[in-house]
Amino acid sequence: MYAFDYHRPTSARQAADLASQFEDMKFLAGGHTLLPTMKMRLAGPTNLVDLGQIAELRGIERSGDTLSIGAMTKHAEVAHSADVRQAIPALAELAEVIGDPHVRNRGTMGGSVANNDPSADYPAACLALNATIVTDRREIAADDFFQGIFTTALDEGEIITRIAFPVPSQAAYAKFRNPASRYALVGVFVARFADGVRMAVTGAGSNGVFRMPEMEQALAQNFAPEALNGIAAPEDEMNSDIHADAAYRAHLVGVMTRRAVQAAASRS
Amino acid sequence: MATVSLTVNGQSVTADVDPRTLLVQFLRDNLRLTGTHVGCDTSQCGACVVHLNGEAVKSCTTLAVQADAGVVTTIEGLAQGGELHPMQAAFREHHGLQCGYCTPGMIMSAVDIVNRKGPDLDEQTIRAELEGNLCRCTGYHNIVKAVAAGAQAMAEAPLQQAAE
Repeated sequence: MYAFDYHRPTSARQAADLASQFEDMKFLAGGHTLLPTMKMRLAGPTNLVDLGQIAELRGIERSGDTLSIGAMTKHAEVAHSADVRQAIPALAELAEVIGDPHVRNRGTMGGSVANNDPSADYPAACLALNATIVTDRREIAADDFFQGIFTTALDEGEIITRIAFPVPSQAAYAKFRNPASRYALVGVFVARFADGVRMAVTGAGSNGVFRMPEMEQALAQNFAPEALNGIAAPEDEMNSDIHADAAYRAHLVGVMTRRAVQAAASRS
Repeated sequence: MATVSLTVNGQSVTADVDPRTLLVQFLRDNLRLTGTHVGCDTSQCGACVVHLNGEAVKSCTTLAVQADAGVVTTIEGLAQGGELHPMQAAFREHHGLQCGYCTPGMIMSAVDIVNRKGPDLDEQTIRAELEGNLCRCTGYHNIVKAVAAGAQAMAEAPLQQAAE
């Protein structure tokens, strides 16, 4: 790991002020992507601004039809939260299959969303649930936030403070895990609302997390796995690597979407 | 340099460290607590698992400065008064190891599982909860038996459990 200067602000304002002073800085959330990347010397920021001691970035709140989760909330906290289990159980279940127990005790929702790894789980939940990414400067709709692999709408030094999820009537996440890395080979989050259905796919797309409007419309008509018959994910837009080729991933999108719909539909 | 103050196995320690010092390096190199191992160094294997503020974490993927003001328990902190912790005793009794490299992390994870899920653990739960710990020798069978037995023994020895 290359050397860096370490800063530990206690408010988002302080963190933003610090960030504005340094040209080559990174925010440190749970560190479970950034630190391994720095150890590999794939990243070498000269300044690290640790968000770990900022109380205002934590916590889970339910207010009416919105579940608001602080950016520094850890995966294990989301998985075990009674509020999340009650409002959006699919989100707690998603958090419970990220990494392993130790990773879930450190990794954070905001860190995962800001990183937008093409195989990370939370981007699929944010996009399918039509979440709002709240930063220290503005509110960004998930549809505008995720802009391709490891690319988001965040500007330099902008800090995610909370993520606000509309509470769906039914939702589920179906994940086909890479057994070695635990990342999603394909993960599909399906959410049903009073005014329609949204779904999002992670792990599969060559341009990162994506929705399939054709599937959403079919599911809005008939929220059942058979509604998806005849609709296929576009193979030429799928990722292809040593773990799975594009055809396999495209096939898995159909399989995992059906499983997610089945699971969501069986929820009261 | 950055100053780190921690409570490690009940003792207060303060040191000036290079900010890039990993928690596992701090434990092993500064404090000479070499029971915590570095296996893969890529957050996969779990040989480096310690408890930070009561939660099992991979100390190879945590900076020492992130743990500042925290409470750390390592494998050296489990035994009390020369008596093995019930989980350590169970690993010995059930031969839950061969080379022993993964064992400190396995035991720290196992104690964490019992702290979170209680002493009555079925095989499926133990196997699922140990997914962040790799053993290249045993095939896990005796580790799973040891965790189940150790969990029961922890319930019967509440004083030792509380001592953590």
